[in-house]
Amino acid sequence: MLPEPSPEEVSHPSTLPSRRFQKVCDILAKHEHRASRLIPILQAVQEEYRYLPEEVMTYLATSLHIPPAEVYGVATFYAHFALAPKGKYVLRLCDGTACHVKRSIPILEALRSKLRLSETKSTTDDMLFTVETVSCLGACGLAPVLLVNDQVHGQVTPEAACAIVDGIAAKETVQ
Amino acid sequence: MTLAHVITQESLAKEGLAYQSAANGAERRLIICAGTGCVAGGALEVYGEFVRTIEAAGIDVVTELRPEAPPLPGFVHVSRSGCQGFCQMGPLATVLPDGILYTRVKKGDVAEIVESTLKHGKPVERLLYVDKSAKRSCRGIAEIPFYQAQHRFVLKECGVIDPDSLPEYLAKDGYQAACRVYTRMSPQEVCTEIDKAGLRGRGGGGFPTGRKWELARVQPAAPKYVICNGDEGDPGAFMDRSVMEGNPHSVVEGLLIAARAIGASEAFVYVRAEYPLAVRRVRKAVEDAKRAGLLGPSLFGTHYALDITVMEGAGAFVCGEETALIASIEGKRGMPSPKPPFPAQSGLWGNPTVINNVETLASVPRILNMGAEKFRAMGSRTSPGTKTFALTGHVVNTGLIEVAFGATLRDIVYGVGGGVTTDDGAAMSELKAVQIGGPSGGCLTPAHLDLPLDFDSLRSIGAMVGSGGLVAMNRDTCMVSMARFFMQFTQNESCGKCVLCREGTKQMLALLDDIIEGKATLDTLDLLEMLARTVQKGSLCGLGKTAPNPVLSMTRLFREEYLAHVVEKRCPAGRCKALLRPHVIPVKCKGCGVCIKACSMNAIKGEKRQVHVIDETLCTRCGACAKACRLGAIQGV
Repeated sequence: MLPEPSPEEVSHPSTLPSRRFQKVCDILAKHEHRASRLIPILQAVQEEYRYLPEEVMTYLATSLHIPPAEVYGVATFYAHFALAPKGKYVLRLCDGTACHVKRSIPILEALRSKLRLSETKSTTDDMLFTVETVSCLGACGLAPVLLVNDQVHGQVTPEAACAIVDGIAAKETVQ
Repeated sequence: MTLAHVITQESLAKEGLAYQSAANGAERRLIICAGTGCVAGGALEVYGEFVRTIEAAGIDVVTELRPEAPPLPGFVHVSRSGCQGFCQMGPLATVLPDGILYTRVKKGDVAEIVESTLKHGKPVERLLYVDKSAKRSCRGIAEIPFYQAQHRFVLKECGVIDPDSLPEYLAKDGYQAACRVYTRMSPQEVCTEIDKAGLRGRGGGGFPTGRKWELARVQPAAPKYVICNGDEGDPGAFMDRSVMEGNPHSVVEGLLIAARAIGASEAFVYVRAEYPLAVRRVRKAVEDAKRAGLLGPSLFGTHYALDITVMEGAGAFVCGEETALIASIEGKRGMPSPKPPFPAQSGLWGNPTVINNVETLASVPRILNMGAEKFRAMGSRTSPGTKTFALTGHVVNTGLIEVAFGATLRDIVYGVGGGVTTDDGAAMSELKAVQIGGPSGGCLTPAHLDLPLDFDSLRSIGAMVGSGGLVAMNRDTCMVSMARFFMQFTQNESCGKCVLCREGTKQMLALLDDIIEGKATLDTLDLLEMLARTVQKGSLCGLGKTAPNPVLSMTRLFREEYLAHVVEKRCPAGRCKALLRPHVIPVKCKGCGVCIKACSMNAIKGEKRQVHVIDETLCTRCGACAKACRLGAIQGV
């Protein structure tokens, strides 16, 4: 097992040691270097790095014998792929129809103002939090829903959302 | 489980019976709902607590029932299930054979349930569901109106069986239909049987499934492919998620049957990445089926083979469109291509491909087991069978429901849903509209309450079944904001291939913004409608063709509300901030200064005991002043 890349390495892909490409090679080998498996390959890479570093995408293109533009085209088409590093905690607020009619937007506004984020700036400077919206998490019965990494919080209010952020921040300071 | 020998209907039935007889040894069975909703509420902790507490009470607990090593009778069988539908009341726990359903079960309630129900057979009153309208507590599913008003067919086993247990699926006649199809029926007979049943695609289009299969069956090209479309992207819909989480083997069996019908040897399940639990459960079902010899080479002793690959989507609504989904599986940008040629003729890698929705495939084994005639007896004449809907929004009971086609909106909203509520759900309200079919669908109003819902009746009034999202909206909902909400969604998700969809949706969004911000004239409304019809005509795929539906349906049905925004610059629901005119009612204001303190923008001025005034240029319409004023002197915000 290779050690997790440190936050500095994640935010500055140029410092990625070459041995990290070993992981990428493993992923490529697992998918038999098939260009048709590009999406699962990108998903595995993103799982590893938390985003898609440019170098890795170029490397993938060369290995799969496809133009880098094609890899970039796929990476930018799908909402799940991120070209910039995300925070340690990704807060994904559901803005599906059910959550929207149950007032998800005030929650988004509260989170953004608390973390000093905006529509264009979605990650905090300390790389701790990223705030995004998603179109539907399929947990409409619990609307409005907030997903913190993989944990679902249901029937959230602006106050409850801020309390979740406070809880995480407190835990992080202790650590 | 080992099924090394040739699998026959008899051997499958034997496995099922072995499971059943082992299960019959249980004194009680406890089913904890482990759908996404209940897990979010802490269902897994509740499950763990149950296992620990029952063990500590000296009762034998079995969590995984293995028919080859049946436990001694008298044990308690604790299992997890898929979504039971009543997400709002979760975590849910069912006790059988008592038929008790406990709602909102927390870890701290477990000891009491074990003590009184498992040991003494008495229900814990405070955890039972209370039917507020009848003012009584309901012991179990049979007494709860939410369940009574439904007709569960596809969802019958969802929320009962353990989705991770292949033996339990076998005990419910699992893989019987697949076995019969491979050993006793010709592909043509399968297509004919499904066509006779009148099954129509549950993904939204309503195309007859039997005919789709037949079209792919007669193609000479090989290999052929079957794809299960689990890319349920409609916001406000989660039927497919629940089926995949609750009964994944029914989807696998449906794929086996579809593959036999068209002669495919490779299948794909394309699941939305937002559904991690569904991905995990379907993957496990495929692996278990493979291990048991139900997938792989020489199926049921024949020379046919089938391999299933589960693929996660990467977040693109347009991939719900057949041709875009195919492009995505091929590793490309998920952009649709023109039809014809239809995927049944030239699909994945240019070969004949059938794409079916999750719910459609899950219905197939049941239809073959019950026979086409019996299936036809359910639902309406042109739309046989049942349909699952995700009932959400401003209703008392939200959740996953299933009704026969032909049920009315009244049955759903007032029967199953229990009526319309205010935003916070604290009080009852009036129904203003129901959005059906998500961002591609249309609106239904109280005038449509008694319309029997099916594919054709909805199309006749400019709405559609869609994938089955039903969002009820109360009278405090602004229909311009709703149209804008859907428009923003489709504009975001437009893949950019067709100019009219890419640019048209953007302009429609801008026009709706004008209306919301009070900058619109009557021309804006005309332009909006004209553009909407143009986008419908000039787009290639379903996304662009249906994107204008919400706007067209809402501008028509709620004309007065749109005119109020445009002409009077007024939002009747009080939701459009730019149109709000917060003001102080002079006769009510005592000049107490509470509102001045509440306002974080310093937008309220006034001396003590003098009538206060709101400066509209500073006011952000947050409503804090109106909330703070105990005299109700501030209005319009």
